[in-house]
Amino acid sequence: MPRVVVDVMLKPEILDPQGQAVANALPRLGVSDVASVRIGRRIEIEFTGEPDLDRAREIADKLLANPVIEDFTVRVVEADETAGARS
Amino acid sequence: MTARVGVVTFPGSLDDGDAARAVRIAGAEPVRLWHGDPALHGVDAVVLPGGFSYGDYLRCGAIARFAPVMESIVDAARGGMPVLGICNGFQILCEAHLLPGALTRNQHLHFRNRDQVLRIETVGTAWTNTFQPGQEVLIPVKNGEGCYVADPATLDRLEAEGRVVARYIGGNPNGSQRDIAAITNEAGNVVGIMPHPEHAVEELTGPSLDGLGFFTSVLKHLVGAPA
Repeated sequence: MPRVVVDVMLKPEILDPQGQAVANALPRLGVSDVASVRIGRRIEIEFTGEPDLDRAREIADKLLANPVIEDFTVRVVEADETAGARS
Repeated sequence: MTARVGVVTFPGSLDDGDAARAVRIAGAEPVRLWHGDPALHGVDAVVLPGGFSYGDYLRCGAIARFAPVMESIVDAARGGMPVLGICNGFQILCEAHLLPGALTRNQHLHFRNRDQVLRIETVGTAWTNTFQPGQEVLIPVKNGEGCYVADPATLDRLEAEGRVVARYIGGNPNGSQRDIAAITNEAGNVVGIMPHPEHAVEELTGPSLDGLGFFTSVLKHLVGAPA
């Protein structure tokens, strides 16, 4: 069953302290060529019928993301590309 | 007649008991409201308490915003009813778009709890009218996601319209832009504050009695408000 994937990211101008903390930890792994890390959230939605991008966009705008601080994208993916299928 | 001040309990609310106690000490009748019940039971004002409503899953306050009681509170707030959101309550008010901006992870990522000095910047709200302009108060702060952010135009508007209600003094505990600890809506009836005035209402348990002013303010406001 295809699913809709919603990716939510903090807007570029909003400080991401989680991403900074991860970036600051990378030198301890011997990684020195990473300029920045930003952390977002990926949400997979499975509709009972056909995947509905407009509906997913509405869900993302009203609940999944806070448009004051976050941007989101929606896309349809086949079931074998989703995290649920891999696990 | 004694004013009736509602205190909402969401699943995960922590400070509803203290908020109700603060209401009682201020001289009003606390009325416990339940997240799943849209009825406001004739209250004159509402406090949204601190805690972790609905586990703060997704974002703090994001799911609480859709609780049945919130629909009634949003309508009442737009009609002028005083609403005070404390900590998680402040987050809920932003998620419900009753207040602008948003509250994000503390910049240093640490949960911060300490007694905090605030400067009351605006006394023209339903919740701060018993303070003096510029008065400094001592109130506990305890949050992990208390960093107030908004775009520069919104921040400028809040400042220009006198809607920054309180600022952190002597160190910003969470990285909030322009040291903002509390803001109000255009009408001054809705206030969101990150520190916890309900924890500073008794000698035995608080660092001061300064928090009581928020609750006595709403009583003064209600007495003066046209019926």
